Amino acid sequence: MADVVVQHARAARTTSARKGGSLHNALRRKSTVAFFLTLPLILLIALFVLYPALFSIHLASLNKSMQKFVGFGNFTFLFKRETFWMVVKQSCIFAVTAVFFKALIGFIVAHFVHNIPAKGQRKWRGMLLVPWVIPPAMSTLAWLWLFDPSYSAFNYTLSLFGIGPINWLGDAAWARFSVILVNVWYGAPFFLIMYLAALKSVPDQLYEAAAIDGANWWQKIWFITLPMMRNIIAITTLFSLIVTFANFDIVRILTSGGPLDQTQIFATYAFRVGIESNDIPLGASVSLFMVPILAVAAIFILRDVNKRGNES
Amino acid sequence: MADVALRKVVKRYDDVEAVRGIDLDIADHEFIVLVGPSGCGKSTTLRMIAGLEDISDGDIMIGGDVVNDVPPKDRDIAMVFQNYALYPHMTVAENMSFGLRLKHYPKAEIKARVTEAARLLDITDLIDRKPKQLSGGQRQRVAMGRAIVRNPKVFLFDEPLSNLDAKLRVQMRIEIKKVHQKVRTTTVYVTHDQVEAMTLADRVVVMNKGRIEQIGTPNELYHRPATRFVAGFIGSPAMNFIPCRLEDVGGTLQIRLTDRIAFALPPARAARYHALPRTDKFLLGLRPEHLTEAHAHLGPGVETFDTVLDVTEPMGMETLVYFGLEGTPVCGRVDPNAGAKDGAPMRLAMDLNNMHLLNEDTGVVL
Repeated sequence: MADVVVQHARAARTTSARKGGSLHNALRRKSTVAFFLTLPLILLIALFVLYPALFSIHLASLNKSMQKFVGFGNFTFLFKRETFWMVVKQSCIFAVTAVFFKALIGFIVAHFVHNIPAKGQRKWRGMLLVPWVIPPAMSTLAWLWLFDPSYSAFNYTLSLFGIGPINWLGDAAWARFSVILVNVWYGAPFFLIMYLAALKSVPDQLYEAAAIDGANWWQKIWFITLPMMRNIIAITTLFSLIVTFANFDIVRILTSGGPLDQTQIFATYAFRVGIESNDIPLGASVSLFMVPILAVAAIFILRDVNKRGNES
Repeated sequence: MADVALRKVVKRYDDVEAVRGIDLDIADHEFIVLVGPSGCGKSTTLRMIAGLEDISDGDIMIGGDVVNDVPPKDRDIAMVFQNYALYPHMTVAENMSFGLRLKHYPKAEIKARVTEAARLLDITDLIDRKPKQLSGGQRQRVAMGRAIVRNPKVFLFDEPLSNLDAKLRVQMRIEIKKVHQKVRTTTVYVTHDQVEAMTLADRVVVMNKGRIEQIGTPNELYHRPATRFVAGFIGSPAMNFIPCRLEDVGGTLQIRLTDRIAFALPPARAARYHALPRTDKFLLGLRPEHLTEAHAHLGPGVETFDTVLDVTEPMGMETLVYFGLEGTPVCGRVDPNAGAKDGAPMRLAMDLNNMHLLNEDTGVVL
């Protein structure tokens, strides 16, 4: 009996080896085709992502006149400057606060929109997406107008209540508030639309089961909605964190990093140092500093998503 | 545990009436099955009892209290959904204990109840798994477990077996019956499957077009249906309805099926149908098992006739035979050894002692 089994196994092995060989060839052929199909994209990525990334690493290792290799010289120089650490701190505060409020507002509004009867929902969805589809450079100009200290709508409205005038963009605290506010206004619709899609994918019967199990509306959100949306929340947050960290236009237009660099973030500071102060290697070093910070966030968030993806 | 009562309950969606004023009394410990075709309002009725749908009119009472405006969480009911509605991010134990945790039961009691329910349903080994790692039948058990641990006044089942394959459905049907025998909780069970209804129910409620057609024990519905709908819905294969007339021949009451085929009614039936107007159109309702092969010795009230079979379906323990009577398709059940063949002539016997006579226009069983 055992002999027969062994012989069977041996026979199976030889056929599978033979099959494996031809299968391997087929796969190789297929992968060759696949490679050529993706080649245009690979070339685009190489040209517009990989090359600039490597080039900026190269730049960051040069001196101001870009004549001499200085290794980590630019970084050690940056680390000794207080302004740089202020930019790091401000970027983190800016990105984390803005993303938190974008997510919170997006979640709340998504809930309201989700509960609007289907007929009126399209209209609201469309309207609420407007901030996100207007080019931010243009909409920020409108905000700049609203924030004007002497003639703006904000200060006029506040003056009716005997408040102000507030120096929205001139006072450090208010300036930070303002750039975050505009960023939240611009970015919340993205969260709204992602969360709305996620909400729609939660089966109604889970809520019904929870209602029968005795959950009130808050418990339904806490125990059903949020866990069911965790992956979407994580990925949206990561994506938004990257985009917000790298934000340039809003801060540049509203405050240009002022007053006294108090609203400067990585991108605007890199621009200030690299382009305006004509030290491109130093600017490249500033922008490269975003990579490790975002990489850590990405690793944590994606690892969590991966883990949950496997279990649920 | 409690009784449930529905008083003139109506459900309207805009201008459509899904449930049209139904009255139903469900006794404590009773297992009631609502059965009917899709769109008959059975699920809506169940969801109104659960509190998941508002009531347009009428009253629903659980344990004597009107619960029309009581939210589902305060009705002390448990429901098993068609697609189980298990929380995918929770383990089996968390799923089962969710309701108890929300009500802040002591941990020890939650554990005891979950363990007991898991033992009852034979899912003790699965307690730490997530729903995705379970088969359809196991998920069904977990969904039942979630209902059992709550020890509610009423169990509501919304077509719980329709997502399972045929074999598993039979098995789970028995499980549900066993569980009910143990916990004795008042149960309202919705299904479109009449076999499920017949096998599970203490009493079956047959619904059609938002109304209750008939309420009765499975045997009552099978042997004494009140309407054509019930007669046709309960039983598989369905009851035959053969157009017929009543006529008096030489002082005896006859039923005429075709020009060639007419039978004298048995005395009991003749007395019952004696007063009916002869001009009305009737239907002879006869279940397939009362249309069998003709034996040598015929009892009283059993009449024979010759026909040519269209199709035969050998089922093993019996053979179903199909033939036409003046264009009306008719089904009979014969012994597998009776020699029934496709296209062959056959002599069949009709047991008129078990016949039903229906008014063709009103559909009422007379």
